[in-house]
This record gives sequence, C-alpha cells and structure tokens, in this order.
Amino acid sequence: MQINGIPVADTFAEAFAMWGARVLITAENEKWAQAAARTMTGFATSVIGCKCEAGIERTLPAAETPDGRPGVAVLLFAMDSAGVGKRLVERIGQCVMTCPTTACYNGLATEESVMVGGALRFFGDGYQASKLLDGRRYWRLPVMDGEFLVEERFGVQKAVGGGNLLILGDDTAAALAAAEAAVTAMQQVPAVILPFPDGVVRSGSKVGSRYKALIASTNDAYCPSLRAVVPNTQLPEDVGCVLEIVIDGLDLPAVEEAMRRGLQAVARPGIWQISAGNYGGNLGQFKIGLHALLNGAGGTA
Amino acid sequence: MSLTLTLHTQPTVPLEADAIAPERLEGMTPDQISAVALQYGNQRAQIGDFFKVEGTCNGEIRVAGDASRVKRMGSGMTRGKIVVEGDAGMHLGAGMAGGEIRVQGDAGEWLGAEMSGGRITVTGNAGHMVGSALRGTRKGVEGGEIIVHGNAGNEVGSGMRRGLIAIGGDSGDFTGVNMLAGTVVVLGRLGWRTGAGMKRGTIVSAQPAELLPTFFYACAYRPVALRLVLAHLRNLGLPVTDAQLAGRYRRWSGDGVELSKGEIFLLDQQ
Repeated sequence: MQINGIPVADTFAEAFAMWGARVLITAENEKWAQAAARTMTGFATSVIGCKCEAGIERTLPAAETPDGRPGVAVLLFAMDSAGVGKRLVERIGQCVMTCPTTACYNGLATEESVMVGGALRFFGDGYQASKLLDGRRYWRLPVMDGEFLVEERFGVQKAVGGGNLLILGDDTAAALAAAEAAVTAMQQVPAVILPFPDGVVRSGSKVGSRYKALIASTNDAYCPSLRAVVPNTQLPEDVGCVLEIVIDGLDLPAVEEAMRRGLQAVARPGIWQISAGNYGGNLGQFKIGLHALLNGAGGTA
Repeated sequence: MSLTLTLHTQPTVPLEADAIAPERLEGMTPDQISAVALQYGNQRAQIGDFFKVEGTCNGEIRVAGDASRVKRMGSGMTRGKIVVEGDAGMHLGAGMAGGEIRVQGDAGEWLGAEMSGGRITVTGNAGHMVGSALRGTRKGVEGGEIIVHGNAGNEVGSGMRRGLIAIGGDSGDFTGVNMLAGTVVVLGRLGWRTGAGMKRGTIVSAQPAELLPTFFYACAYRPVALRLVLAHLRNLGLPVTDAQLAGRYRRWSGDGVELSKGEIFLLDQQ
C-alpha cells in the first residue's frame, strides 16, 4: 500500500492502556498560560523516565475557559489513575501554582476523579479558603501576587498511549520536514498530545538491554548507522534518518485519527517508507494497523 | 402535564401552604390535590378553597395569581420545580434541599431561610432575611443558590454556612451578619453594618460601602474566584458587567471581633 507513491509498511503500532487527565490552565494573558503549560509539560516525554507523559492539547480562547481568561489545555497520562493524581499534584504545585496569575481547572467530566487542589490547599498554611460552585469545589491559596485558584478534584479516564509512526527518510532534512508536517496535521486532532520535543522523537527504544539495569535501550533495528552490523535491521539501504512521532490520546479513536492524518501528511518526497513500532503484539493492549487506518478501519483492542 | 394552581380566592390572613411542593403532590388527581390540607390562620383549609387545580404534578407546579399571602410554598422540597407567576409570600423555599423555584414577581421575608440545596430565582424584589438563619438558630443557608434580580431587605445571608446568594439590586442593613462561610454578592449598594460578626465567608459589592471599623483593608486585586462566581451569575441572568467581572476589588478582612477570616470585596471604582 502506498500514499503519494510512498510505501506504507504492513505493520501496526502497538499502543498501551493508560490513564489520562485534562488540565485547563488560565492566566492574565496567553503568555503566562503558555508559560505554565510549557513548564508543566516539560520532562514528560515518556513514562519510562518521567513517570508521566504530558503535552499541550490546544490553546483556549477566553470565551472557552471557566474564568473567561486566556488558557491552555494540557493532557497528562500515566499508567494508572493514582499515578495521574500524584503527577498532577506535583506538576500543578510546582509548575502552575508558581507561575504568575494562573488558575487551574479540571477539564474532564468523568465518574472517577483524583484529589489535586484538595492536596495542594495545605500550602495555604491555614489561610486557604474554598468556594463551592455548581457542585465543584475550588481552593483559593493566598500567594504573593494574590491568589492561586485550583479545582479540588480532577477527572481521570482510561486512555491510550504509545500510538506511533516511524518516518524513514533519505536524510535528516527530508525526515524532519515530513515529521514537522505530520506534527502540524496531528496537532489539529482533539484529545491527543505528542509528548516528545515538538512532537518528534529520534531515540526510539526497544524493550530490554544487554545491561541489566536498563529496561529499554536504543531501537537498533532502526538506527541507520547500525544497518551493517545488526542482524535484524529494518532499514533499506538508502535510509539515512528515522524519526518517530508518538501519540497519546484520551481514547483510541482520537489516537487513530491523529495517526491517519499523520500518515497523509508525512508522505512527501525524500521519504522511503512509513512504518510503526511494535513489540510483536505481546505487550500493548492495542494494535493499530497502518493499512487498516488507511482503509478507514480502526485498531483492535 | 404540569400542575397549575390558580388563585381564585385571595386569603385575608396568611395561608400556610407547605403542601405545595412537587414531591407532596405527585401522583395525585386534581380532586385529591384540591382536598390537600392547608393551615389558614387558626383554621384548617384545603388547596381547593383557594386555588383552581388543573393538571397533575409531573415534577413541576405553576402557581398563578398574587400569592403574596401564601406562605411556605416549596419549603423543605427536595426535587422538581415551582414557578410562581406573580408574587410569593413569606418563607418561600425555606429549608429546601433540592429542586428549583422561580418567582416571576416579588418574594416575601425569609426567602430560602436555612435552605441546603437547590436554586431559588426571584425576578423582582425580596423582603428581609433572605437565606438567613431562623431566630434562635445559628446556621442559615447550608447550600444551594438564591438569586434575586431586584432589591432585598435586611440581614441577607444571616448566619450563612455555605452556598451562594446574589442580589441584583441593593441589600439592606446587616448583610451577611454572623456569616460562617459561603458567598453573598450584591451588585447594588450594601446597607449599614455589613458582615457584622462574620467568621468566614465572602461578601461582594459592586458599589462603594461604609464598613464597620472592625474590618481591615488588605489590598486591591483581581481574585479569580470572584470571576468564576460572577460569570456563573451572569450565566444565570444577572446583569453582571464586564467591568464587574474583570475589575479590581478592594479586600477588607473581618470581622475583627471574630476570626477575621471573612472578607468583603468592594469593586475598586478607580
């Protein structure tokens, strides 16, 4: 199967069951909302090393935020709901509360929720106060620029992490251009994030390592410089650069839609093949077939 | 079909009508509803003695006519809706725990006294003691919302423990007296001695006010929590202006004779 003459490998992306939350950050202006969101989503590329994966979902106009100020929607994922709760407390406490003029709200209406503002309130040292509005409790913490407002509980839901595309290009320039085009297209899809730097990862990993202390190591089958020495290389001779885009979403259809748009956008001159990473189907709960995506079908759980 | 009660005989003394609540009239035929007992002065009476009964109660009751002498409608109700097409008497929605009451006119004293949930909206004015504690008790409103588009009398939110009371016009003296927590918003002017004896809680006014000397000025800023509250009230139909929504408020802490954990926000007019 091809797109614009670019071969699409008959393979699948292996994705995992995760838990996700949506955080709405508002501030006096967009600059500070973005600053808080960027800080909160920093060092959140992979659960392997960061305990969570997070990214900016989209910018919110003032008319769409709870307090009528400019805002940003952030998605955060971890392997279980308790993990989401812990990461939210850490990151909202250290990255959002510290940022001038911000406030922070739950952006998911779900049955299950985790305590966030209810834990952060103790920073108020007895001077904190709360407001209950429409059944939702908000904590007001006195801070040096006035007050930090944070919602008591944040909704969490089952989610999907680790959807991915592998872009096999002539060289760095071609692969980067294709990856950037794909990221732009995929970021238009609601309820997904691309957690790596500007959406792109070059250090794809495989499970395990020859070193006992490591649970993951470089994906040697896709390293061009190792093509001549690894027995299981997946790279044609002319491939000089491979880049990966990882997708986390609040549900499977969102991840699939992002991958579908990415596939279309990445098929450009200088690309040899579009593929996806998997572990033989033995680890992840979801298999998202590339050909099935292009045929309009969904993945399987 | 909803139940419509049309007043055909104006009571000359207050009619105690706590039977007029959705959950108390559900499942009854019009004849059964007409026979429901009410207290009329020192006599027993029936709904049919004063109201023409049409339809059955499917969770909503419409009361038509000048019911300003009909007391305690919706008191203690937990669900459903009452629409009063005209004025309503005292103790409307007192102690209610859920549901909605809408008055398309004025409401009497003790509106929503000691309520714990639900919402009351009055498009006209309300009397004294809106959402307050009854005499002899310490806690007033413990939840829910009271929205008065017009003016309100004295002691709005007296002893309030939780919830939201909003007055679109002016409020009388002792607004938020003895408040324990909760929020009172007055878009118009506050009367005298606002927040006297309050322990915690928030009183907001969009107009200047003379405060008791036991309240202490803290600073002028833009609390985001106020934006949330005011945006919520705007969504409910109160005419909150952009200046009030996004404005800077001067915070006063008090009452100094109590915990000083209460706050009064006055819109900075500069």
